[in-house]
Amino acid sequence: MSDVTSLAHLTDEEKYEHFMRRIENDEKIEAEDWMPDDYREQLIKLITMHGISEIMGAFPEKEWVPKAPTLHRKLAIMAKVQDEMGHGQLLLRVAEDLLKPYGKTREDIMQDLFSKRLKFHNVFHMPSPTWGDAAVIAWLVDGAAILSQTMMLKTSYGPYGRALKRICQEESFHSKHGESLVLSLAEGTPEQRRMLQEALNRWWEPLLMFFGPKSSKETGHTNVDKNLKYKLRSKTNEELRQEFLTKYVPKIKLLGLSVPDDTLHFDEEKGEWIYQEPDWQKFKEIIKGNGPKSDERLALRRSSYENSQWVRDALAEYRMAAV
Amino acid sequence: MTPEYKEVLTELLFQLADDDFIHAFRGSEWLGLAPHIEEDVAFSSINQDTMGHAVIYYKLLEDLGMGAADDLAHLRDASAFRNGVLLEFKNGSGEYLDSPQYDWAFTVVRHLFYDVYKKIKLEALKQSNYEPLANAARKILTEQTYHLMHWQTWFRQLMQSTEESRARMEQALLRCWEDMGGVLTYGQYGDEMTALGLIGSEEALKNTWLAEITKLFSEVDYKKPSDEPKMAHGNGRNGEHSADLDHALKILSEVYRSDSQASGW
Repeated sequence: MSDVTSLAHLTDEEKYEHFMRRIENDEKIEAEDWMPDDYREQLIKLITMHGISEIMGAFPEKEWVPKAPTLHRKLAIMAKVQDEMGHGQLLLRVAEDLLKPYGKTREDIMQDLFSKRLKFHNVFHMPSPTWGDAAVIAWLVDGAAILSQTMMLKTSYGPYGRALKRICQEESFHSKHGESLVLSLAEGTPEQRRMLQEALNRWWEPLLMFFGPKSSKETGHTNVDKNLKYKLRSKTNEELRQEFLTKYVPKIKLLGLSVPDDTLHFDEEKGEWIYQEPDWQKFKEIIKGNGPKSDERLALRRSSYENSQWVRDALAEYRMAAV
Repeated sequence: MTPEYKEVLTELLFQLADDDFIHAFRGSEWLGLAPHIEEDVAFSSINQDTMGHAVIYYKLLEDLGMGAADDLAHLRDASAFRNGVLLEFKNGSGEYLDSPQYDWAFTVVRHLFYDVYKKIKLEALKQSNYEPLANAARKILTEQTYHLMHWQTWFRQLMQSTEESRARMEQALLRCWEDMGGVLTYGQYGDEMTALGLIGSEEALKNTWLAEITKLFSEVDYKKPSDEPKMAHGNGRNGEHSADLDHALKILSEVYRSDSQASGW
């Protein structure tokens, strides 16, 4: 429910207190509701990054869409990558509403992406040189994404929560698709198994990085803390990473694959997984846009965007003429 | 089923399957590169439907003992493909991962031409005396209406907007006209296809297409070329193809061919 009119007579401080009470009472904030700039900015950061990650996330898999081995796999991976684009669209719509007071549009989001001001998930900066990578991405990257997105389902921002609900439903199909791809390779020829193991080796560190560093110590940011305060999220990066390991390490072993980390084990006493820390310095560089495939994928996005500028111009002109 | 009937039927089924398969493949290369995100999502739906149609036809061929559907799609040489050459042309210069300079105008016109024809053809196939094919046509037609609407909308908008857009579209129209004849033909067994009751006559369908396209052209004030649609780059129905088909087949079968021992993917 909108509370725009009822708040009109309050000072900013009172508005903020009212807002925080709503957060503490687990009320949902809607697009038209009063919100502190800080909250709005956190949301914009979170949701544009999420949305653009979905769109850039189409690229590592896109490589394998035309090459998918069978008719069935071709249809499935097309549907899957289309879903990711659809998620991007859904999220950008949510972000666009939040950007309105700043007079910004999707065009600004795209330009921020091209100038590397807007970051996207580390995993989508990585190469995917074989069909095995397509399988590992669909199984484990999507698996990791499900964990972090499910955690945010109860987010305090209503429109984001509703978008996530739909996204999570579709993601569960993706992880089944991923499981099926992985299973076919794991049960296949020595060559197919080798392809799968090599892909897992490539993706292990990026997967650990996916959840972000344990604390602000590693990267010096406070976004996680803020997001917890505003109940945009409910778990820390490390809690999610532990969940991921608990869920997937046994499955990986069951398939007869090995995890490329000799130190990985579950410490019964501490009740947690011990693992080789990823290189957080490398992580920082990757999300800054200096990963192995960052420039190439951004160039692909940018050149296709520029190449079709005439189409968007034509559509705008056509709409103008129709008014 | 006489041997002659079967031979002509499989010829027709390969034309139908390969048209949709190659067309959907070229469409799938656009994924992530369409003019805007909404179109990316919509276009991908269309490509999935179209490839799904190809799967239906390949399965009909499989049922006739022509080999596994996946082998038919991935292991034949270009000369065995029966698609119209227009459908195999690259979307533009560059590769789908490397500096693609894809041509949206060409894509819109190619899809419009093809989908107007596909709908006419499916209507005709509903009367086919090969029952599994008539059933397939009925099923596919339910999706075809939406595809056609999609491309008609693009066509009207891009033909009636900026000068640049109009110029690009007119160029694409001329280019597609050069090879649309290769889609409209049934190839060397065309007369037999009709005589055996598999599909209405090539001439009748072509004339329906010309009438519908002329109507669309006049809506946007475009004059139909005076000559018939040609097949400047060969008749794909008879196995003549451009180098672009080799390029497509190499990509789409790369993984499938990579491990000859593999029994599944």
